[in-house]
Amino acid sequence: MFRRLPETAAQPVTVVIDGRPVRVPFDLTAAAAVLIGDGITRTTPVSGSPRAPYCMMGVCFDCLMEIDGVPNTQACMVPVAEGMRINRQVGARKVRS
Amino acid sequence: MIGGGLVGAAIGYGLARQGLKVTLLDEGDVALRAARGNFGLVWVQSKGPGVPEYQHWTRLSSDRWPGLAAELRETTGVDCAHERRGGFAICLTEDELEQRRQMLEVLRRQAGAVEFEYEILDHGALARRVPLIGPEVVGASYTPYDGAVHPLYLLRALHAGLLRHGARYEPNARVNAVHAAPHDFRIEARGTAHAAPRLVLAAGLGSRELAPLAGLHAPLRPVRGQILATERVAPAIPLTQKIRQMSEGALLIGDSFEEAGYDDSTAPQVLSALAARAVRTFPFLREVQLVRSWAALRVMSPDGLPIYEQSARFPGAFLASCHSGVTLAAAHAYPYAEAVARGALPDELARFASRRFDVPKAA
Repeated sequence: MFRRLPETAAQPVTVVIDGRPVRVPFDLTAAAAVLIGDGITRTTPVSGSPRAPYCMMGVCFDCLMEIDGVPNTQACMVPVAEGMRINRQVGARKVRS
Repeated sequence: MIGGGLVGAAIGYGLARQGLKVTLLDEGDVALRAARGNFGLVWVQSKGPGVPEYQHWTRLSSDRWPGLAAELRETTGVDCAHERRGGFAICLTEDELEQRRQMLEVLRRQAGAVEFEYEILDHGALARRVPLIGPEVVGASYTPYDGAVHPLYLLRALHAGLLRHGARYEPNARVNAVHAAPHDFRIEARGTAHAAPRLVLAAGLGSRELAPLAGLHAPLRPVRGQILATERVAPAIPLTQKIRQMSEGALLIGDSFEEAGYDDSTAPQVLSALAARAVRTFPFLREVQLVRSWAALRVMSPDGLPIYEQSARFPGAFLASCHSGVTLAAAHAYPYAEAVARGALPDELARFASRRFDVPKAA
């Protein structure tokens, strides 16, 4: 149903998802970039079950990830950038002591 | 029962579990609903200086809370995450700490047979038990009696529990009329007439208007409180009075007291003051993200104490009102509900009758 505009594919950026460099179109959000792969953004702090992006518009908080070192970031609200480090959020974030 | 918040649901649950036939009339989601906005503490350490009856009533509830939590879990399957590991009241100035020391000493002296032990901790002693405090923290008081629950699970558990015990729950049932006679009450709500030999009024701020219809007196006013909630984080802090961590990891930051009438909206300057104090208390919070804020209206009497009474004019009508619906839930579910079932409130509760407000003002 949806198709990408052809001109966007021409300008990829490289992001690092869980340590693996991936080339993605420049106009994706971090959540959309993750969906190109296995789509798993986090495991929950309550039951430990895996989660994937759901609403893609900042409401559901299921796409929380650690982005450039900031934990529990809504990946669907962050546009990708060259060199961005996107890591799965595993359980509850730790606080700095 | 009129009122389906924490006070009404706790008493209703307590009546239903004794086998009484209970109908609970609940105004619904349009109600002011203090039960949906509170902080969830089962807090003992600052309750009742100068009023031993309140100190004892609070302590009794705290002592019976583990039993209530277990009973609700067994009856309903809902775990309201009760914990009782004691609580810290963290002070940022020497004055605050000294005031707490004086208040707790009053409570210790007046406690009588109940016994009341507290600790005053300086920065170093506190840091050994709560390592994440900031350098500005002067110290804290601690008592082992304090605890907390998840207040939304508690409301759900009480509602599930009263249904399990055969009570009837009427949602969206705003009370339109109360016709009272001794041991004979006729209530109209949502176009339906209800009749009962006993009536318990626990409608929060709504009790103010309803009380006179049953010969009761509830001079209540709203006192607004605002709360900030953070993202879920790994276990980081023990229970403190103004900042707590929920069982699922979120931190709540609260404890504002505002005279704002019936306005239950949030105010940025109050929220930023709460956040600023929280960051001075626990500097790690600077990096933790806020996800929500809300305000709710406490149900406050002129002296801050609960109001409990049976109507002299229309015996059989009872009033229950307080601003600590979580802390006192076990007192309401057990001794208060048992007294209503017997038909008379015990002498220990006489101090809480509304006649204490009937004092002529001096010229």
